[in-house]
Amino acid sequence: MHEAAIAQGVLDLAIRTAMQNGGGRIQRIKLRLGEFRGVVREALDFSFEAIKRGTLADQAELEVETVKLRVSCSGCGECECSPRDYNFLCPTCGDPLQIIAGREMQLEYVDLE
Amino acid sequence: MCQVKVETNILEFNDDLAAHNRQHFRDQGLFVVNFMSAPGAGKTSVLEQTIRRMKNDYRIGVIEGDLMTTIDADRIAALGVPAHQITTGTICHLDARMVHNALHSFPVEGLDVLFIENVGNLVCPVEFDLGEDMRVMVYSTVEGAEKPKKYPMMFHESTAVLLNKVDLIPYAGVSLDELQRNVREVSPTTTIFPLSCRTGEGIDEWIAWLKTQIATRQRAEHHFPRAPLHTHTHAHAHTHVH
Repeated sequence: MHEAAIAQGVLDLAIRTAMQNGGGRIQRIKLRLGEFRGVVREALDFSFEAIKRGTLADQAELEVETVKLRVSCSGCGECECSPRDYNFLCPTCGDPLQIIAGREMQLEYVDLE
Repeated sequence: MCQVKVETNILEFNDDLAAHNRQHFRDQGLFVVNFMSAPGAGKTSVLEQTIRRMKNDYRIGVIEGDLMTTIDADRIAALGVPAHQITTGTICHLDARMVHNALHSFPVEGLDVLFIENVGNLVCPVEFDLGEDMRVMVYSTVEGAEKPKKYPMMFHESTAVLLNKVDLIPYAGVSLDELQRNVREVSPTTTIFPLSCRTGEGIDEWIAWLKTQIATRQRAEHHFPRAPLHTHTHAHAHTHVH
């Protein structure tokens, strides 16, 4: 359940941002989470609900944009696609595929009162 | 209402401390390996075999991570190398702060190699940079051939996969080819070492490769010596903010 540590990271960053911008209450927190990160949305929501109480974020909604896993082949340049079944070998030339999206774990913005 | 752009990594708190740990390890000329696996894959057994073969040539230290007990640190200390147990309580992974705090009571000055044995868990440890040079995963054959597909992140992030318990393949209903193929698909650039801690098969190949990795790093450091960015040790109580 590392989502608890991730939720704490989200809360700390959001509160720090609120404090640096006038100390208003936080209404919304927008995250971008890559598909190729081991973050379970339900576990993250549950952890966040538990730790936000009594803070500047106690009414905050957590909005999550999931970023699809995408890869490209530096060998033949042919493939820019979602790998099937987590196969990171290029279907055209057999070279290793590079991840170009899907590892994100960012706090994008916060909406403050 | 106003919207404030942040665009910051959620795990920034961990990554900053990991960078601090990494700098401290570099200043000490220390090569650090983070061992990860499912519970029971054989991380401690691999470490025992590795330490037996390396301890005459390298000054080795070990940090052990487990939810409870000091069983693993006791096993390592019995080999005559310093070992420190981090008991995480209910936390399913090590993070950079736990390692950083451990360095206060477990000084690594004078060591060549530090092995960190992470908590047995295939999901959480992979998200937390500890400041290590290299991640090594132990994957035992009896876990089944589908593990790389079910838990691709850890395989993908590991520089080497130690395919342990190959002596049990006849009883596991899998083939070595199938196991290696599935690891290779998920992580094409990972080096795979089939081995058995019980019979000793394959251990020498893994050790030879690890020594090469250490030597390559040492040569690079020698050619491009770093001026220490910070010189504090972890043997004292911190009064400064990290």
